[in-house]
Amino acid sequence: GAPCPQWPYCRKRCSYCNFNKYVVRAVDEAAVRSCLAREARTLLRLSQVQSVTSVFFGGGTPSLASPRTIAAVLEAIAGAAHLPSGAEVTLEANPSSASTPCLAGFKAAGVNRLSIGVQSLDDAELRLLGREHTAAEARGAVEAARGLFPGRTSIDLLFGLPGQSQDTWAQGLEAALGLCDDHISLYQLTLERGTALAAQVWGGTLPTPPQDLLADMYQTARATLVAAGFRHYEVSNFARKGALSTHNLSYWRAEQYIGVGPGAHGRFVPWGEGGRSREARVQTLEPDAWMQEVQSRGHGTRRRVVLSPLEQLEEVLALGLRTDEGITRERWGRFSPHLSLEAAFGVPGEAKDLEQQGWLVLDGSGLRCTREGLGLLDSLLPALLCQLQRH
Amino acid sequence: MALAGRTGMWWARLRSRCPAAAPICLPPGLPAGPVAWERPYSSRGKEKLDMSTYPVESIRNFSIIAHVDHGKSTLADRLLEITGTIAKTECNKQVLDKLQVERERGITVKAQSASLFYNHEGVNYLLNLIDTPGHVDFSYEVSRSLSACQGVILVVDANEGIQAQTVANFYLAFEAQLAIIPVINKIDLKNADPGRVEKQIEKLFDIPIEECIRISAKKGTNVEKVLQKVIEKIPPPQCNTADPLKALVFDSTFDHYRGVVANIALFGGEIQKGHKIVSAHTKKRYEVNEVGILTPNEQPTHKLYAGQVGYLIAGMKDVTEAQIGDTLFLYKQPVEPLPGFKSAKPMVFAGMYPVDQTEYNNLKSALERLTLNDSSVTVHRDSSLALGAGWRLGFLGLLHMEVFNQRLEQEYNISVILTAPTVPYKAVLSSAKLIKEYGKAEITIINPAQFPDKFSVSEYLEPTVLGTIVTPHEYIGKIITLCQDRRAVQKDMVYIDEHRVMLKYLFPLNEIVVDFYDALKSLSSGYASFDYEDAGYQAADLIKMDILLNGNPVEELATVIHNDKAYATGKFLCERLKDTIPRQLFEIAIQAAVGKKIIARETLKAYRKNVVAKCYGGDITRRMKLLKRQAEGKKLMRKIGNVEVPRDAFIRVLKRQTDK
Repeated sequence: GAPCPQWPYCRKRCSYCNFNKYVVRAVDEAAVRSCLAREARTLLRLSQVQSVTSVFFGGGTPSLASPRTIAAVLEAIAGAAHLPSGAEVTLEANPSSASTPCLAGFKAAGVNRLSIGVQSLDDAELRLLGREHTAAEARGAVEAARGLFPGRTSIDLLFGLPGQSQDTWAQGLEAALGLCDDHISLYQLTLERGTALAAQVWGGTLPTPPQDLLADMYQTARATLVAAGFRHYEVSNFARKGALSTHNLSYWRAEQYIGVGPGAHGRFVPWGEGGRSREARVQTLEPDAWMQEVQSRGHGTRRRVVLSPLEQLEEVLALGLRTDEGITRERWGRFSPHLSLEAAFGVPGEAKDLEQQGWLVLDGSGLRCTREGLGLLDSLLPALLCQLQRH
Repeated sequence: MALAGRTGMWWARLRSRCPAAAPICLPPGLPAGPVAWERPYSSRGKEKLDMSTYPVESIRNFSIIAHVDHGKSTLADRLLEITGTIAKTECNKQVLDKLQVERERGITVKAQSASLFYNHEGVNYLLNLIDTPGHVDFSYEVSRSLSACQGVILVVDANEGIQAQTVANFYLAFEAQLAIIPVINKIDLKNADPGRVEKQIEKLFDIPIEECIRISAKKGTNVEKVLQKVIEKIPPPQCNTADPLKALVFDSTFDHYRGVVANIALFGGEIQKGHKIVSAHTKKRYEVNEVGILTPNEQPTHKLYAGQVGYLIAGMKDVTEAQIGDTLFLYKQPVEPLPGFKSAKPMVFAGMYPVDQTEYNNLKSALERLTLNDSSVTVHRDSSLALGAGWRLGFLGLLHMEVFNQRLEQEYNISVILTAPTVPYKAVLSSAKLIKEYGKAEITIINPAQFPDKFSVSEYLEPTVLGTIVTPHEYIGKIITLCQDRRAVQKDMVYIDEHRVMLKYLFPLNEIVVDFYDALKSLSSGYASFDYEDAGYQAADLIKMDILLNGNPVEELATVIHNDKAYATGKFLCERLKDTIPRQLFEIAIQAAVGKKIIARETLKAYRKNVVAKCYGGDITRRMKLLKRQAEGKKLMRKIGNVEVPRDAFIRVLKRQTDK
């Protein structure tokens, strides 16, 4: 089990972000703290998870919470299940709320891994993204983090910004390589409906990045990072010296995770209330409503959907193929005791065609994308789902 | 091509003359003049009219013909009012135009008739006004209406002057040897110049200026004079009540309760309820249930007599039983049938498909009901691998197609995919084998799949039309260039006055079916008018063009076109496909080919990257929904080789382009 508590508040709205987040003048942190702790306890009990493998504080901007809150949630988790001392505890941090004393506080609270939202090391790009920090602040934050969490600091970078050229991206990447620790996430900017940036691009005030340029940027980044010793272990994630994110891997491996906090998503079997099937769960979005629910019934679960065996397999497929290891026979077998990976995809059909075209591999260890196929996964998946649905 | 009401529509200006649902006001008053009966418009089934008081000498059968919007229906409204046929009220607008589409577009689709009673110099006259459709698309209907007439009122707008349809209509009447009363309408308008229009009429139609009547139908000015001229100038029909019955069917409608209502003109004898009649065409026998006149609503009468015009109900179940142009006579008293009309030949074909296949049955029944009243539409079942089951419909012309489509949408609330219109080509076969196969040497090609290759054909033929364009002279240069681009051959060019020119061109029909009108209207700032009539077939260098995706032909995109247009059309289709087919994992060559020769090519590049950047806990549900929708969509795609083409792409390529 992998709890992922959400801190739903931000100081500012970024121009590209459509997450469930709230910018409020004053947060009643004590109330939020006790609710996060209480919900974590309730849901862990429901899931009957014995041992927690990782914890991920996401958001929002969880680095805006005080270390005391982080500590309280971790305490609650440890009280409800076994939290091994080596378990990965990640906190997402913004450079503007990641000073050394602040980070030291989080470390003392139990955090042992940081994911810093650098996004860019260019001030103009940061302004375009509506970020609060400057490139210099980002550098400072990363250096501070590396000092406190050596080998366990990750940075996020965005590419494919309107107007960004191949050259500026290559330079940004070089700069990031000079700064980073052993984990980098590179995200192509997705224009999300309802964001200021999307409105500007769709309205024509900012240029749309050409498809071919985006593909080139991705290829450049892959080549550069692999040359620097990184393993490209997921579509957007790179790690060296084995510094993979345990927590995120658990999503892609379709393991159980428990969403805690406003708008958090979870996937687990609620054994504690007699459930037998994996469920997709969503917590109430709006923080005040969520808090009321937690206070009155211990949790703010808004929606529970039992996932059918086919739906579970569809998720296993869509998520597992994002990783370099793909879907192992062992993992497939756990979700599909009757239909083997070979029986599903080793027969004439879409997967075989895609394999012949060089996008997929099905072998003794399992099903995975080729290097070329990984960047085209969204074109492969509908065909694979069609084939799976026929069984 | 734009729909009527959008910009650049040449045949109709969409404007609401009357709210679509405006009631036809029926009057409470009595008709003018002493007549033999009390209430000419009393509701059906009360007292029947006695029509015997109207001998042939007191009957005038006439039509009003005009270019669209020159005021034909307004004049008809005034004539109906003056004669007391309808009450004079504010809402008499296009009384004879009953269809919603007619009222909206200000055009007449179905001819409607009305009998008017008018006392002139102490004599009671029966004036039968036979309304005609407002466009030569419906020349079939116009000629039906005219064949029941002895004269016409030719209405010309005092401001716009002679327009293309004025010319076409004039010649229809002239060739039918009808008396023509020229009327210049809208003299109340600020820019009216009736003097100029009179000169045009004299120059073009050889009618003396003095014969023109200047009127304002809107205000009623001089309308009475028009009625007097109708009586003076139009001869009564030449026929005799003592002769055996000879009735011409000139229109028919379908009534769900009473079956076919046939509009008839009596060229001899008389007819009444109980008569046994026979159709000269089908030889079927019927018993007459009801006869009457149209005022303009059906008004039963005891009898109808020679020279009169009215309706007949005789237990016919299907409009095809009351064929336009058929002659009816009394059982055991056969007569020489009246010379047949030109039968309606479809000139423009288009595929019609339900937007959603589950709507197929609804569309089918709507088509059946609509064609009950419009026998000039031909319907053949058709199916397309991309668009599903549907029909190939044949129309008299473009307006006919537009109107039919609009009626489907308005009256049956059904929206359809209508494919780009095509024309019926012909091939003269030279291959003995094919001639034997078809049982004839000349075949009509409607579906490109049936296009015989040039080695088994001595000649291909394409339909042509004689187009009339009337335009202010400053646009001549541009219009001539446009016509030449459309492979048209100039036949005539006449200055109808100092500023206006009439051009006549022989056009291949397929060159005007798509966007000619829009082009003409836009380059003449809306001032040029256009009309056309069937001009038979001519030899043409036709070819079949295939569209290939990675070398595999796409059946539904094959087209028959003229060799000169192959390159431009091929390029256009390839470009459009490139914009509508989604990128795939491999490069796609989109080619237009004639035989083995590639004449146009576009390349749709392969996807190089297509994977969502972030996929963590919170996004998975949304992500899976999208993927599953894509998987469902994939199942509905048409596969051409390994290329997947969504139905939408076919629709966007095949569909008639209604906006630019």
